[in-house]
Amino acid sequence: MNEQTRGLFTAFTAILKRDLMLIWRHQSDILNPLVFFLIAITLLPLGLDPSPQLLAALAPGMIWIMAMLAGLLPLDSLFKSDFEDGSLDQYLLTSEPLYLTVLAKILAHWLSTGLPLALVSPLLGVMLALPEGGYGALVLTLLLGTVIMSLIGATGAALTVCLRSGGLVLSLIVLPLFLPVLIIGANAVNAAVAGFAISTHLALLGAYLALTLMIMPLAAAGALKISAGH
Amino acid sequence: MAWQWFHRLGSPRWFYEKTSRWLPWLIAGTLSVWVIGLIWGLAFTPMDAKQGNSYRIIYIHMPAAVLALAGYYVMAIAGAVGLIWRMKLPFMVMKSAAPIGAALTVLTLATGSIWGYPTWGTFWEWDARNIFMLILLFLYLGVILLQSVYPSRDGADKACAVLALVGTVNVPIIYKSVDWWYSLHQPATIKFTESSSIHSSMFYPLLLCVVAYYCFYTLALILYTRHEILLREARTSWVQDHALRS
Amino acid sequence: MSEPILTLQELTCERDERLLFSHLNYRCQAGDLVQILGANGAGKTSLLRILAGLITPLEGRVLWRGKTIAHQPDFVRELLFLGHQVPVKGLLTVLENLRWLNRLQTRNPSISEREALQRVGLEACADTPCQQLSAGQRRRVLLAQLYLSQAPLWILDEPFTAIDQAGVGQLETVIDQHRHNGGLVLITSHQTLKINAMRHLDLTDFPPDNRVYDHE
Repeated sequence: MNEQTRGLFTAFTAILKRDLMLIWRHQSDILNPLVFFLIAITLLPLGLDPSPQLLAALAPGMIWIMAMLAGLLPLDSLFKSDFEDGSLDQYLLTSEPLYLTVLAKILAHWLSTGLPLALVSPLLGVMLALPEGGYGALVLTLLLGTVIMSLIGATGAALTVCLRSGGLVLSLIVLPLFLPVLIIGANAVNAAVAGFAISTHLALLGAYLALTLMIMPLAAAGALKISAGH
Repeated sequence: MAWQWFHRLGSPRWFYEKTSRWLPWLIAGTLSVWVIGLIWGLAFTPMDAKQGNSYRIIYIHMPAAVLALAGYYVMAIAGAVGLIWRMKLPFMVMKSAAPIGAALTVLTLATGSIWGYPTWGTFWEWDARNIFMLILLFLYLGVILLQSVYPSRDGADKACAVLALVGTVNVPIIYKSVDWWYSLHQPATIKFTESSSIHSSMFYPLLLCVVAYYCFYTLALILYTRHEILLREARTSWVQDHALRS
Repeated sequence: MSEPILTLQELTCERDERLLFSHLNYRCQAGDLVQILGANGAGKTSLLRILAGLITPLEGRVLWRGKTIAHQPDFVRELLFLGHQVPVKGLLTVLENLRWLNRLQTRNPSISEREALQRVGLEACADTPCQQLSAGQRRRVLLAQLYLSQAPLWILDEPFTAIDQAGVGQLETVIDQHRHNGGLVLITSHQTLKINAMRHLDLTDFPPDNRVYDHE
């Protein structure tokens, strides 16, 4: 590792640490999406029918959709406070590439939202009578899928950071882009329940993750520069 | 030489003055190709063996679908050119392309469901191409929405260009994933590289209709862009002179 | 006359489809203190943001040591930019915030972060979360950077907002000191600064010129 790479790595971890510390000191940011996830899943049998057959059939898709919506909630705040208090200008006025800053912020965001959502999903699987074969697939696909959704969502958040009612616009521009992840993820869980291998699904999600990892932080960095110019 | 041409392309004034001369020809051309294509397709082609006369809506439906998708790329490429070369005109083209593309998507969905009723017995079928068109409409609406709510015009242009580019990367993935989700769809009937599965008596009028739609799309894009140019360049002396003359 | 360190060439700025100023030409030497004047909405903040490279002007360019700032990735290392917003996080303590803000600046070895806090009168609340501070105290966290920074170019947008009179006096001393050490300070302020030999850049001298729209 040469001097420059080490410098970049230090900058990356500094931003990551700071963001995690900010999140840690405001723990409701972590809990709110989880509680939303739990309540939304609780409403489902009450609105439909608590019969295990029906719930088991709906469980993979429903858990995925609810995780997607729960992950959408905290996205709006990803760059909001940095934009409002002028921290964004300070990010732009460093010699660190903005790509790295954005990536660190996305990672902190995923660690505090996507990861907990994926980890509690088996509990909700139990509540919705998800058949036994589906649990591993559910957690695995959600782990990969929530990273992709954080990456795409960050671009949406960066594009809408200077809007007053940015949250709604954010959902509308980001949800259609979530579609492939939802299709692959929910199908993987269904396939696992039916007893099929899900390596294809995981490979597809992995490929999509690699693609979004390259493109989305760049797009988000570009969008932040545009917002700062405003 | 080539670069001079390219940079002139970025000049709204040059575009406006050039297209003023092209417009009458383009309008005449579009109308004649369209009328010929439609009359040929609707009146002089044989009836489809299975679907009867209802298949004839394809002369309106299929070219609209082609242009709706192509329009998204036109929008994204215009946005990319604007971002990369910091030119004004491509952003105006991008902004104009969004409502035209959205309208074509709506037309595709509407004609699709009109055709779907006698064919499938329902106005809406969760068919892969239906869903894809619907998602494409959402993508267009996202761009239009972002353009309309952004506080500054300059920022709106750039933000929409970024969104359109992100969408472009995702369009093939969305298409493939929807396709994968629902593989019960008719295979695409027109392939220029392979032998066509559609009878030539139906193929040529359809091709003519596609050409007509391309002409119409170009025409609509030019008209919208000219409108946008006048709005945005209102403070330049050439637009003010132009307004005084007319 | 020595070589200018910062040159503004033909700057034209547009915000929200409205021209703010046109054909702004100005040269600054090391050791200058320039106060930017203009009514509310005249483009003072926009000008400072252009000079920091945060926004691109409609026309013209900014040269730092003879080269366009857009082509100098290291320009930001020589710049201390304090905007009119206060990038201080309420959940972090005063010291944590200051360390973060100052992490990329060239350090002044003679003074520690705690000493800087002492100079701005915040030594007692170094470990207090910033959300418990008043607006003036938050602003002081930001201004503590002036004691730490070794950057030659300071761009300060309304730095005295919410600062009491004694505080303003102290800051005037730091700013004066900085330019005597060969630094360059560009500042906007609604208050009259009590510093000698200041230069003024009045934006009303560069009125909007609609002819710029005719440039292709």
